[in-house]
This record gives sequence, structure tokens and C-alpha cells, in this order.
Amino acid sequence: MGEGTAPRTLFDKIWDSHVVERLPDGTCILYIDRHLVHEVTSPQAFEGLRMAGRSVRRPDATFAVADHNVPTSDRSKGIDEPESRIQVETLERNVAEFGVPYFPLMDARQGIVHIVGPEQGISQPGLTIVCGDSHTSTHGALGALAFGIGTSEVEHVLATQTLLQKPAKNMLIDVQGKLPFGCTAKDIILAIIGRIGTAGGTGHVIEYAGEAIRDLDMAGRMTVCNMSIEAGARAGLVAPDEKTFAYLKGRPYAPKGEAWERAVAYWSTLPSDPGARYDTTVTLKADEIVPLVTWGTSPEDVVPITGAVPDPEAETNEARRAAKRRMLDYMALTPGTRMQDVAVDVVFIGSCTNGRIEDLRAAAAVARGRKVADGVRAMVVPGSGLVKRQAEEEGLDRIFREAGFEWREAGCSMCLGMNPDQLKPGQRSASTSNRNFEGRQGPGGRTHLMSPAMAAAAAVTGRLTDVRQLVN
Amino acid sequence: MQPFTTLTGIAAPLPIPNIDTDKIIPARFLKTIKRSGLGKNLFDAMRYRADGSENPDFILNQEPYRKAEILVAGPNFGCGSSREHAPWALLDFGIRCVIAPDFADIFHNNCFKNGILPIKLPQEICDALMEDARLGANARLTVDLERQVVVRPNGEEIHFEIDPFRKHCLLNGLDDIGQTMAYAPKIDAYEAKRRAAEPWAFA
Repeated sequence: MGEGTAPRTLFDKIWDSHVVERLPDGTCILYIDRHLVHEVTSPQAFEGLRMAGRSVRRPDATFAVADHNVPTSDRSKGIDEPESRIQVETLERNVAEFGVPYFPLMDARQGIVHIVGPEQGISQPGLTIVCGDSHTSTHGALGALAFGIGTSEVEHVLATQTLLQKPAKNMLIDVQGKLPFGCTAKDIILAIIGRIGTAGGTGHVIEYAGEAIRDLDMAGRMTVCNMSIEAGARAGLVAPDEKTFAYLKGRPYAPKGEAWERAVAYWSTLPSDPGARYDTTVTLKADEIVPLVTWGTSPEDVVPITGAVPDPEAETNEARRAAKRRMLDYMALTPGTRMQDVAVDVVFIGSCTNGRIEDLRAAAAVARGRKVADGVRAMVVPGSGLVKRQAEEEGLDRIFREAGFEWREAGCSMCLGMNPDQLKPGQRSASTSNRNFEGRQGPGGRTHLMSPAMAAAAAVTGRLTDVRQLVN
Repeated sequence: MQPFTTLTGIAAPLPIPNIDTDKIIPARFLKTIKRSGLGKNLFDAMRYRADGSENPDFILNQEPYRKAEILVAGPNFGCGSSREHAPWALLDFGIRCVIAPDFADIFHNNCFKNGILPIKLPQEICDALMEDARLGANARLTVDLERQVVVRPNGEEIHFEIDPFRKHCLLNGLDDIGQTMAYAPKIDAYEAKRRAAEPWAFA
């Protein structure tokens, strides 16, 4: 069956339109439309170009920003930590040398690369987007094929504007019905990962569909696509629709005038055709989703906030039983403990998963008129300088500050603890980020993943809390 | 890239599922602008105690596994971030082959770019190789990429599958970029066509 005859998925359409050459063994030279670059995974790639005497093929399609190890405290005096400073300075030298557009640290547009791309309108439907960061899947919320790559591939894209790839399998995740009160996009994606596991999507690109996905705003769709990688998938996709177009219209790098009309007409052809074939289909009922938290050190270890720490001895597979024992030991939890009885030391609201203005509004709605519990450190880290500015215009910073939250500058921050924002050994966090791996937020730190509203609820009570008890 | 042809070496058992890239190399060690030197922090949290001393219980701190060149690991090895620092750390330590039931996609991809061979084998075969890897001084496996076999200490040969293009690149130590550059005229033609059809994507 040739192109244009068989029904195709959204992924198939984007893939087909980006194949430059199909090599005899099926490997494709895939054209890349947008390349986002940050300070941690790019220095060795630029160095590789320099050593081979190569240039950046399309600096106009390449955008750089420092996010992973920038301080989220006052930055006007620069970066204290020498290694972080060298990495950011190296990025600045590289973008100057190779002519790559860059959003500097003191620019309001600086922020987490996956917040910045959509915010600036750099990420658009039907494009291929890559970045040396696994959470590039975020941009799939706009109907773009977006995935994370390693540094060798960063160098490959810089030099050739292409990648060597084989097509992924198609997975459809159909989230039917309406999401109940108190539940968010974060609960949808945690429910999905809990269901299919962290390797469930391996080899696939996931297309999220169904009423509950259509009902999400763009921020919610980004949260869902963001954690596709935690489900093992390379990328997540949501079909572009009127919400997508309304979100993009007028953004700095979005098409304008006649080009906008042509773009929308094209984007409208992208959704999967009726009868398109998926290799794997998963169905979830949104009305059965409840606010979720993680208990272990893998994002698939989810449990309803109303539930309890599971018993590893109930696990039949020996390796998994041993792994769960190790997790509980690391997390200092005992089977049967009610999740709502688990006290937290730190609350982190931010990250590429949940650092958008909508996330801060949801957290502020819970924090409003309340106080952070004694002994809890709560921090809010906006996803970009523009998110921060917007929040301040709406008075959200005042709500957070009056409640006792720290109001910080934009960056990846405690999501991965590359900057000074780290958990101390043994500390326990309620976090809106994406990974609860051992040591992820600092050596010996213990992470519980949840939605922004749930994290704010934990901040004001000092323990994991069912947010439905705090809001009407 | 160093070609990968055959490798005979000590195989270390790491029977833990879902070894993520933060376990392989924690984020705080990614502040380097070089590819080398990451081996000392490979598996940092498991390998060292809080005071910085070696954890004697960790396999790579025991003889003969300090010189391991092959890892036999649990399922979903390399899940998590896209950091190529994970294969760089393995390589810097001396690991050139990882055998597991399956791998996370990006890590799997990154291995091939660095001359590391990730071998996917069914769980029961990995279980047998895990037992081999527990043989201490006798935990020696041979990996022959040309013939696509792993040779066990008892001489048994186990066949593995590998993508032909990737095999070719590994055997010859080929740089992807140079190969793709040969297609520059095709990339030019593609760009011209797309630019005409979707000008907004090139604005």
C-alpha cells in the first residue's frame, strides 16, 4: 500500500513527510525541522563539529537555552558553582561561534527548553523536533513528532539537519470519558504509566486520544506527552485541533498572515485517518482515575492517594519482589502505611512536566489563604521567565509568598538536582516533576510524584494529602 | 569510534530491573564538557558509601569484576534520560557490551554511537548468562559480533540478533555523520521541496 491510499496515523503522516532517503535495510534519513539545545548535552557535540571542521547546517532551525544547572536564586551576579558556570559559558561560546539563536540567562524568555519551545511558537504541528533531552516528548502535545536524542545525535543533527532512524510502532492510548473533580493531566499520565509500566511503550510512539485528552488544555496535553518517556515511549502525540491553533496563534515564531492560513489548512490534515492501524491499543476510563502519587523509585509505582504502601511479598516474580523490597528500604516506607500518613520535608512545584502558568494557578488555588506546614520547605520554580512574569501579573507570587512558599527563577531546578536545589539525604519530597529514581532530586532523597494541586496540598498539611479534601 | 569485533572478558552480574540512567551516572556528574573521565562515577550511588569509600557489597568493587568488560543486567536497562554520559561512563570504566532482556530506546541508540554493543536476549538466556557471570574468575564470556554469538564459559554458543546497519557501523567503527554527509545533495533537494510546500516551517 502506497502513501495516500491506506489510512495513516498522525505519526505515519509526519514520518512519511520527513523521510529524505530510505536506506536498503529500512533505516531512514529523517529530516529534522527544529533542534533545541541546552548546556548539558551539547558541549561534546559542538566540540565534535569543531574537531571535524563542520558547521551547523541550519542555525535558523536551532535554538539554545541554558536550563539544567542554572541557579534559581538571584542570578544577576552570575553562577557561583564553577562547573555549572563553565557549562553555561561553553554554551554561550558555542552559540556565538556557530551562529545559533540563544535565549540568555537574564532574558525573560529563558526557561526550561520544553516550556520555551511551545511558548515561543517554535514547536508547531507536523514538525519533527529533537533535543538532547528525553522530555522532548513534551512538544508532541502540539502534534509534532518530538523526541529526545543523545549527544552523538545532537552532533549529527547540527551537522546534517537529519537523523538516522527506523520507524517506531504506533500505540493508541484512548482515555475515554470525563476526568473527575480533583484530577488532572498528571493523574492521567501517572495512571497510564501505572497501567502499562515504564517499558510499556518501548519501541512505540504513543498517540493520546479520547474525550479526556481532547478536554485537556494545551498545558495538560504537554504534561501527558512529557511523561511518555516514563512509559518507555520515544514520543507522545496529540492530534492538533482548534485548541492547538488558538494556543499557537500570535506566538513569536508561529506563522503569520497568509502563512498562518496555509499552515492551519495543512495542520488540519494531520490527525489520524479513520481506520488507521495501531500496533497496540490501550483504553482507560477517565472517570475511574483518582488523584495519584508514587510510592517507589520508578514512575510506574503509582497508588491512589487514598491507598496504602503495597506489600512486596505480594509480588510473584522474585526479581520484582527483591526490587520492591529495595525500593521500600530506600523510601523508608513500610507496607500498609496509608499514603496520607506519609510526612514530607520538601515540596517542589515546577519542571517541564508541571511548570506552566496553568500548573502554578492550580497550585495557587490550593495555597491561597493557607500556610506551608511547619518544618516544610516549599518551592515554586516557574518553567520560564515569561511564566514567572505572567504569574506575577496575576498575583500568584503573592499568594505563594504569603503562604510561605519560595518564589524562584526559572530552570530545571530540583527535578534533577543539577543546581543547588537538591534534597538532602533522607529528605522526602512531594514533587510535580517526572522521575522518582533513587537520588534523582539529590543523593539519598526520596521523591513522591504528583500533580501541582496535590503538591500544594502536601505543602500546607505537611503530609501527602488528598487535594479533594481542601478544595470544593 | 573504536570498532567492535570480538570481545573476551569478565562479565559482571547486575540482576536489577529498570537500571535507570540516573543510577548509571547521577545528574550531578553531568557538568563536564568532555566525554572522558566519567568512569569513576559509574553507578555512583551503588558503588560508594556516603563517606565516599567503596561499598564492598557492590559487584564492581569486587575481584575480578573491577575489570569487567561485559555487564549482564535486568530488563529495561538504561531507562530514563537521554544522557549519553551513561554509555560514556560505562565505556570509561571499560564496559563494552551490555546483555539484558531489553533496553530503553535512547540508551540503546546511544550505545551504538560509542562502540558499545547492547545485546538483547530472552529472559531465560539472560538468567543463564547471569549464572555464568557469578563464576568469579571463570565469569568470562566471548562476544563475536561478526558471527553474532555469545560464547559461554562452557563453550555453548548463543546467537543474538542485531540490526545489519548497526552491525556494519560497529564492526568498522564508522562515524554516522560522515555517512549521512554523503547524502547532502538529497538533503538539499528535500529542503527545497519542503520549503516550497511548507514555507512557514522554514521561516
